[in-house]
Amino acid sequence: MTVISATSLDLTFQTNDGPVHALKDVNLEIGKGEFVSFIGPSGCGKTTFLRCIAGLEAPTGGEISVNGMTPDEARKARAYGYVFQAAGLYPWRTIGGNIRLPLEIMGFTKAEQAERVAKTLEMVDLAGFEKKYPWQLSGGMQQRASIARALAFDADILLMDEPFGALDEIVRDHLNEQLLALWARTEKTIGFVTHSIPEAVYLSTKIVVMSPRPGRITDVIDSTLPKERPLDIRDSPEFIEIAHRVRDGLRAGHIDE
Amino acid sequence: MKGSVGPIVVILAALIALWYAAAVPMNVKEVLTQAERDGAVVQPASAAERRDAGRWALVFGNLEHLGATWSSERSRLPAPHQVVMELWDSTWVEETTGRRGIVRSGSFSNRSLVYHGGVTLGATALGFVIGALAGVLLAVGIVYSRVMDMSVMPWAIISQTIPIVALAPMMIVVLYSVGLPGLFAKAVISAYLSFFPVVVGMVKGLRAPDHMQLDLMRTYNASKSDTFWKLRLPASVPYLFASLKIGIAASLVGAIVGELPVQRGGLGARMLGGSYYGQTEQIWAALFVAALMAALLVWFIGWLERRTLNAMGVPS
Repeated sequence: MTVISATSLDLTFQTNDGPVHALKDVNLEIGKGEFVSFIGPSGCGKTTFLRCIAGLEAPTGGEISVNGMTPDEARKARAYGYVFQAAGLYPWRTIGGNIRLPLEIMGFTKAEQAERVAKTLEMVDLAGFEKKYPWQLSGGMQQRASIARALAFDADILLMDEPFGALDEIVRDHLNEQLLALWARTEKTIGFVTHSIPEAVYLSTKIVVMSPRPGRITDVIDSTLPKERPLDIRDSPEFIEIAHRVRDGLRAGHIDE
Repeated sequence: MKGSVGPIVVILAALIALWYAAAVPMNVKEVLTQAERDGAVVQPASAAERRDAGRWALVFGNLEHLGATWSSERSRLPAPHQVVMELWDSTWVEETTGRRGIVRSGSFSNRSLVYHGGVTLGATALGFVIGALAGVLLAVGIVYSRVMDMSVMPWAIISQTIPIVALAPMMIVVLYSVGLPGLFAKAVISAYLSFFPVVVGMVKGLRAPDHMQLDLMRTYNASKSDTFWKLRLPASVPYLFASLKIGIAASLVGAIVGELPVQRGGLGARMLGGSYYGQTEQIWAALFVAALMAALLVWFIGWLERRTLNAMGVPS
């Protein structure tokens, strides 16, 4: 079943230096329960595309639908949780308070808020940190809390914009593993923007390779890796082959210029 | 705190020494006139010559008379201990032994700085509350309405370019003539001075959340009021307190300036009264009470700030 569908999507920003084609003729279908990574160099439109899905950016041409609605309707229906590059937790709220934020806004009852906060904290392995303030947590823990915040209201779609970009390799590996487990458990549809080829290959069922000027899709790779993925799958020939294809796609995008 | 006492004491001692030193040339003419009247021999002998002579020449020509420069009744610059004595006399002594003091009459004496300080404090507090509220409301309007941003901000800035000492007498006269009680008239001037830093600080504070934080609210489809109460307002708190500290000090200045044109009590009235009657000690004593009050008010806001930020989880 298709959850997100984009047809010949265009987005042109008008700037002082003339128009910038952030997205040009983007066509993509994302099915329910897929884990889709967007990878490409800076300026390829991967974040812009994610923001279009979220209704935070308005396309200037083409069609895009989320759960059969326009992205803006989907946003108003609270169809997705969004994780930003920085954790962006409110320093004046505890971890629990931060996760409660969307629940308060969406009008959940107090009892339900407490129950969901406890549940999502456990999901991201932060049980016991509810009463701590963000400054008392490490960067990796803060990002996990921000994922919990996006999961708290249990939307079917999770959009993540380079959520682990600022973290070190070891923490990132650990979080990738946890994210896969979480995805398997919740069966959400995930859109994931990244810079890292190994991260994209390790996590995804579908890898969308993009290139800049104008921002467009150059390759869509369906992963042949099994759903069960231990970290050492990254040494398997299958993994290396997919990574190779991603790298070729990225290189092709560059030669085009 | 421990290591800072020494430097503070040194600076304070240096300031007091400088003050004593300055009192000598400042008061030398008056002292010599008095000494001549008492029959002493002063150099030069004639008053006309002394009038044209330099202060330092008089100081070095009459070393034996200089002791009186620190105890003169009519000094231009009273010595620190004279100001301290005046402070003591016009607070504790007046209230405990004065005919109109609180001990004998049951209410604060209108000749004591306790009474006048209280008058000024009342106007300061009322003006500050009005000014801070107006400042916050204007800031909210400016942040949420483009029209207000374009129209209010320039006027707010213009309002602060007019010297308050020029404006205050007119405002006071107008406000008194429409029958507003003096407290309110002074509070209006206080508010006029204190709303501005609050507007500026609060506008900056309410705009402090970055794009990401505002986008996050959009992904929740949060209402404007949710975005205000849950994001913009808490984010503005540190900015608010910084501007409240400036605002409360400005309020005190406003109240004192508002008391200058009308002799109806308050530290401003004491200062102007002192200058009318050549009572420099009275001016200085009132100045010190005003400075002490300003320090306490700013400290009070700082205390509120620490309490609030602690409650908001900021490590202290």
